[in-house]
Amino acid sequence: MAVHLRSEPVWVRWTLIGMALAFLGLFIFLPLSMVFITGLNKGIAVYFKSINNPDALSAIRLTLITALVAVPLNLIFGVAASWAIAKFDFYGKSFLTTLIDLPLSVSPVISGLIYVLMFGAQGPFGTWLRDHGIKIIFAPPAIILATIFVTFPMVARELIPVMKAQGNDEEEAALTLGASGFQTFWRVTLPNIKWGLLYGVILCNARAMGEFGAVSVVSGHIRGQTNTLPLHIEILYNEYNFTAAFAAASLLAMLALVTLFAKSLVEYRYRAELKAALRLENHG
Amino acid sequence: MSIEVKNIIKTFGTFKALENIDLKIETGELIALLGPSGSGKTTLLRIIAGLETADQGDIIFHGKDVKDAQTKDRNVGFVFQHYALFRHMTVFENIAFGLRVKPKDVRPTEEQIKAKVTELLKLVQLDWVANRYPSQLSGGQRQRIALARALAIEPKVLLLDEPFGSLDAKVRKELRQWLRRFHDDLHITTLFVTHDQEEALEVADRVVVMNKGRIEQVGTPENVYHNPANVFVLNFLGNVNLFHGRTEEGSADATTKKIYVRPHELTVTRQPVSARSIKAKISFINPAGSVVRIDAVASDGQSVQAEISQEEYKSLKLQRNEEICLTPKNIT
Ligand SMILES: Nc1ncnc2c1ncn2[C@@H]1O[C@H](COP(=O)(O)OP(=O)(O)OP(=O)(O)O)[C@@H](O)[C@H]1O
Ligand SMILES: [Mg+2]
Repeated sequence: MAVHLRSEPVWVRWTLIGMALAFLGLFIFLPLSMVFITGLNKGIAVYFKSINNPDALSAIRLTLITALVAVPLNLIFGVAASWAIAKFDFYGKSFLTTLIDLPLSVSPVISGLIYVLMFGAQGPFGTWLRDHGIKIIFAPPAIILATIFVTFPMVARELIPVMKAQGNDEEEAALTLGASGFQTFWRVTLPNIKWGLLYGVILCNARAMGEFGAVSVVSGHIRGQTNTLPLHIEILYNEYNFTAAFAAASLLAMLALVTLFAKSLVEYRYRAELKAALRLENHG
Repeated sequence: MSIEVKNIIKTFGTFKALENIDLKIETGELIALLGPSGSGKTTLLRIIAGLETADQGDIIFHGKDVKDAQTKDRNVGFVFQHYALFRHMTVFENIAFGLRVKPKDVRPTEEQIKAKVTELLKLVQLDWVANRYPSQLSGGQRQRIALARALAIEPKVLLLDEPFGSLDAKVRKELRQWLRRFHDDLHITTLFVTHDQEEALEVADRVVVMNKGRIEQVGTPENVYHNPANVFVLNFLGNVNLFHGRTEEGSADATTKKIYVRPHELTVTRQPVSARSIKAKISFINPAGSVVRIDAVASDGQSVQAEISQEEYKSLKLQRNEEICLTPKNIT
């Protein structure tokens, strides 16, 4: 295949590469650098002040807490669901598979609204929650719930193909060697899926920290209380406070860059894992 | 340890994979489970190991019903049809696995584990691959590592699912003789699956012939080969020719009797030697081997196979498309 590509005329190759780079520059690199430039255009002191103020810090804290709760829950759910789907046959399996993908096909606004409808004042639990003094909607719990909902498929989707390809053989071998269910999972299943798992976690984390739509619906936008970083940026922007908005945005942009870097690093190992699994499988 | 399989029934949906399987295996026996693909061999092995549960029936290890015991408590060594080595562990760690997962109070020390693994690697004659990963081994080597791994837990029963299935003919032969010697040394009750009749007859103390989820016959290799219980066993254990024979000229049932004759039980001559001789035309000769194999077509259109010695072949100077006479040597 490489030979085939090389046989293309040089100008064709360079035109294609040039076009790809131009698009990347125009639509990704340029806007991304604008974030940093605008954030820093009033000097480094203003940049740090924009980040180091109570509202911004509270938004950062809430974003971190949300990710810290949502990602581990997704990890557990993702492993359990993909384990069940890949390794067992049960009634309603295809339904569960479809259900896992649901959050991806639903608009984030809907994802937020369902929680408002459920836990809001008019919802079925609204009165009971108010009587017991529990606040979910327009408070951090709803933000966390909505984030869990939208990041729901991230880990499972990565793991299901790996686990399916690997089959049950090694787990069964472990059982005949006297390993308990837990030992089998810990010593055999987990090492075989670790890169796929890490890959899913990275994607899940990026989405959890960056989610805007669903969180925006349930948050209530209370400054210093129910704003996550993306919501905080929007508020600043709407107030024409561009420097502060872009300073905060630069944090998310940096998260994106770190994610990208970690992703490509893990991707490399993950592909190898998937390929090895498929190869062993084809061997018979 | 003896194994008793009592009236096992297993269905997948509406498909009957095993029907009323009864089998008793004595301590220290080496048993071959022989049958065509899909006859339920793997399923039976998996039920004995506890990886699958039977719909009905009992599995008894040394007089104790283990039907409700989990796989991990049955202490069976299982070698899988496709090895199932742990791909992320070295050969050493693969073999050590069964020792490392033992409960704390009976778990061997690191030195003991090392000694045991080294000993097992020597036993399977592969002590030089300890630090490799399964993907860096050949099929035959993986097979032997899988066996070493199963032996590490000192099982009382060894279940081998087509242990030589995916190997070439030469390695197969070597390994099967190796398995026999190995069994003679250790005397672990062993049940091994194969669909190669030669393998079963050569290695096993007793052969269990299975077909479509049923046991057709159990017996010594000699027994099942020479006294097959039915047509299936006869056919499955080597080639066989069907003669619609005039066995005894003049006897009443002469025309209806079917006679089964194995290729080496036929005499090949140029002229008819008795009333039982039939004429046939040679369609193929394979002289490469310890015996010469002759495929021929009888005058009634049926294909017949015969085996003769190299000396006979030379003295007869047979050629393709020649007419020959085939006579069953002794019919009982
Ligand atoms: N999990 C399952 N679900 C449905 N059918 C099954 C299952 N496992 C086995 N079977 C069926 O049961 C029958 C016996 O299977 P088994 O694997 O025991 O055959 P086998 O004798 O080991 O064949 P082979 O020599 O090809 O390995 C087959 O027809 C197979 O399709
Ligand atoms: Mg099988």
